[in-house]
Amino acid sequence: MKKNNHDGTGENGVMLYALSTCGWCRKTKTLLGELGVGFNHVDVDLISGAERKRIMDEVKRWNPDCTFPTLVIGNQKCIVGYQEAEIRKALGK
Amino acid sequence: MSEVSLKQAAALRDRLSREAEAGGYHLNPDVEFTEDLASGLLVNEDRYGYRVCPCRLASGKKEADLDIICPCDYRDADLGQYGQCYCALYVSGEVLRGERQTRSIPERRPPVEVRERKAAGRGASGPAGALPTTVWRCRVCGYLCARDEPPEVCPICKAGKERFERFM
Repeated sequence: MKKNNHDGTGENGVMLYALSTCGWCRKTKTLLGELGVGFNHVDVDLISGAERKRIMDEVKRWNPDCTFPTLVIGNQKCIVGYQEAEIRKALGK
Repeated sequence: MSEVSLKQAAALRDRLSREAEAGGYHLNPDVEFTEDLASGLLVNEDRYGYRVCPCRLASGKKEADLDIICPCDYRDADLGQYGQCYCALYVSGEVLRGERQTRSIPERRPPVEVRERKAAGRGASGPAGALPTTVWRCRVCGYLCARDEPPEVCPICKAGKERFERFM
């Protein structure tokens, strides 16, 4: 599942900012997949230059520490880290 | 992660586990999870030339990323507080015995502004005084040694020479 929309609203309003090498990001991607939630995601380590800066500005707005995974739901709720129970609850699953 | 084979990741995981046990540390017993992390370390080594934590975003400038080269400067404090390091490659005995679970923990690394300020004032962090020999401190595990230069590799945690700071 590749990035295709960076506005944080995306399909079903779920946007995941992740790193391609990170174990907790991978678990989050797997969970969203298992829950059958359509989501957009971007692996920030795979982009560079102005694109990375633009995406990191977005991440910072939601999560000032700029850590990964950062999950934004419905353009209003932000969950930092792989928090399974919290993610399930926020998605009503 | 096509450039790193599963075999390479498994071999690195095994080596890190042996080194960890020899130094009194433990690797996470979840083999699949740690092989993925080992794979991430190898990807980062290819990409940047050093093994940055797979769960943190590297700047690509070694000087600025030194503190997050695995094992990171924050591992031991996180092992003490949470029973695991940030990415959960390393775990405490409690986790190893199944008495505690790993999870996503808060980031201990200070924000970039704080790190830059600290780097600007880098020097002896311990008490000052006239000593016959310089004392060097490993920023990863706290190992201290009195000698003219830090060792090439920390004999306790295997961190590189550049991870030492002047202590006294």
